[in-house]
Amino acid sequence: MARQANRKEAMAADRRAQAEARLGATPMPAASGWSAAPRQEALSRVVEMGLPHRRDEYWKFTDPTTLSQPEPVEAATFDPQESLIFGAVDRLHLTFVDGVFDAEASDSLEGEGIEIARLSEAESADIHWAQGLYGTLEARGQSPVARPLAALNTALAADGILIRATQKVRKPVHITYLHQQTASDAMLHHVVKVEPGAELTLLENGPAAARFNKVLEVDVADTGAFHHIRAQGRDHQRRAVSHIFARLGEESTFKSFTLTVNGVLTRNEAVIEFTGDNATAHIAGACLGDGTFHHDDTVFITHDAVNCESRQVFKKVLRNGAKGVFQGKILVKEGAQKTDGYQISQSLLLDDDSQFLAKPELEIYADDVACSHGSTTGAIDEDALFYLLSRGIPRKEAQSLLVLAFVAEAIEEIENKDLAGELTERLAAWLQRHSG
Amino acid sequence: MLEIKNLHVKLEEEDKQILKGVDLTVETGKVHAIMGPNGSGKSTLSYVLAGREGYEVTEGSAVMDGVDLLDLETEERAAEGLFLAFQYPVEIPGVSNMTFLRTAVNAQRKARGEDEMSATDFLKEVRAKAKSLKIDAEMLKRPVNMGFSGGEKKRNEILQMAMLAPKMCVLDETDSGLDVDAMKLVADGVNALRSEGRSFLVITHYQRLLDHIKPDVVHIMADGRIVKMGGPDLALEVEHNGYADILAEMA
Ligand SMILES: Nc1ncnc2c1ncn2[C@@H]1O[C@H](COP(=O)(O)OP(=O)(O)O)[C@@H](O)[C@H]1O
Ligand SMILES: [Mg+2]
Repeated sequence: MARQANRKEAMAADRRAQAEARLGATPMPAASGWSAAPRQEALSRVVEMGLPHRRDEYWKFTDPTTLSQPEPVEAATFDPQESLIFGAVDRLHLTFVDGVFDAEASDSLEGEGIEIARLSEAESADIHWAQGLYGTLEARGQSPVARPLAALNTALAADGILIRATQKVRKPVHITYLHQQTASDAMLHHVVKVEPGAELTLLENGPAAARFNKVLEVDVADTGAFHHIRAQGRDHQRRAVSHIFARLGEESTFKSFTLTVNGVLTRNEAVIEFTGDNATAHIAGACLGDGTFHHDDTVFITHDAVNCESRQVFKKVLRNGAKGVFQGKILVKEGAQKTDGYQISQSLLLDDDSQFLAKPELEIYADDVACSHGSTTGAIDEDALFYLLSRGIPRKEAQSLLVLAFVAEAIEEIENKDLAGELTERLAAWLQRHSG
Repeated sequence: MLEIKNLHVKLEEEDKQILKGVDLTVETGKVHAIMGPNGSGKSTLSYVLAGREGYEVTEGSAVMDGVDLLDLETEERAAEGLFLAFQYPVEIPGVSNMTFLRTAVNAQRKARGEDEMSATDFLKEVRAKAKSLKIDAEMLKRPVNMGFSGGEKKRNEILQMAMLAPKMCVLDETDSGLDVDAMKLVADGVNALRSEGRSFLVITHYQRLLDHIKPDVVHIMADGRIVKMGGPDLALEVEHNGYADILAEMA
């Protein structure tokens, strides 16, 4: 017992030292306005929690060392010779290069039905609509499971975009994250507020940096709707941790889809909380990994309202030793009756070297709910493959068809069929490059 | 068209011989039937012709129009004009029937150095052919064979055959599980494809399909060999007397 206590204490001290070293490595923005307090509070949370450690239960399948460490990591840039995704969409386009806003490559910060500003420019003011959200949703999401890298982000984020939608916004906001410097270390923090009855679509894409830490806090008010489509790709050695913290009001809608290809380490966390009745949240993802690819989807959905529907659909295609992780939890609190919770996570392993680790969890304290979850791991169906071959479809093409069919259920979660089609084309192109 | 000589096939995984010297020649433009009891090796023969994994050819050959089939990959055999209508058509979730058909047609055209079919031409052709097989638009949109009844699956096989216009068609128990009306539809579909340059090898357990698709030659297969060959009358003989007499005669 004593030995164990000693070990625990040593570990805690270790963590604090690590947290302080990490905090020391990145300067805290000199915020003097409304954001100073939430940043300071986040800083205290980081010191208190310490940073993730590979012995943490919540990081059992993914080693957080390179995400936590003070030293930057390196990642070569990779150009797949493809045009920018979502480039053809009529949108408000913003660009960050290695985490630094590029005004030249961005549209001006204005649009019909939205208030939009850069965090770094807005935070000198004394009051702002994002006050009360920035760091607040993140802080709520620290319990019952700690997410210290998100608190680190709240404390240190150099910039971000603050978007408030006051009506049904026609043009999506599109943020592109370019990566140019080999050892860039970027931290961005966005806040989105969708007012009652308003609607907003956020598109995100790009490799961002050698190491990227991003937080997106989304507050969807009653009857509001938020759509999010993200494509993370390109650089093979890039590392990223991202957190989405969403709070959903009555009859609101939240839909998020992420496509990930490449990247040596990606951890995407989503923490979604229903606070109003009759709301809907769908979160879906598809990833394709080849070789030194590690992808982790960690989702935590809390039902704390009546008659809400949550849906998680995750598909992973892995080859040449790639690794996929899924940790998904549905927590139904007492009184959250008529909850409809669905969760499916599936992997398609294209060889014996690849691996999928899944930890689905249901925790239910209400008696009138319908929750289901399933997780599967499988290989290409040889009968289906033979059937396609026997019709003259070449092996590579036949395999691609089957892989695309496998991820289709996740892609179908995207309501905008044009965007879904564009993502499918990217998937097909990736498969073309990574076959044989 | 198709010349199978002394074909010996065993299972790759086990020491089990399934085909024990099959000899069979289908002339161009002719319809041959293979009948035989369950387990005699009929499906195995069709799979080996199409190049399914899991079987090992230990002896013999299979040549189609001078091309050694056993040397080719499955998809190459198809592009050469071989088509197998499956006894058990495979369900493929997530791939629409339409996408499947278009991909197959264009892949074969490409392999033969032809241009891809335009989307409109393709659609027109599929619709016309589907209509004659009573396959509706909704079935074309659905994932391949998903939720299809037994009869619908078999009709879908014939639709694929019609779209791919192969020169050597192997039909494995296309009649099984069909009622009289569905069988008539399938037979009409096959008969519409009969032509001078196209041959058929119709595998069936029962004679009734052969009332609709009149064969030129009937082969009886038993225990991995062709044990008897004759005209259409042979099928009637099987129908009346069963296989026992023929097999006894052989013994
Ligand atoms: N993949 C396989 N694994 C095990 N046994 C097989 C396999 N394929 C065929 N067989 C065996 O070979 C024999 C012939 O089967 P099959 O070709 O399906 O006959 P038929 O189509 O004439 O009914 C049967 O005994 C069957 O069990
Ligand atoms: Mg059979």
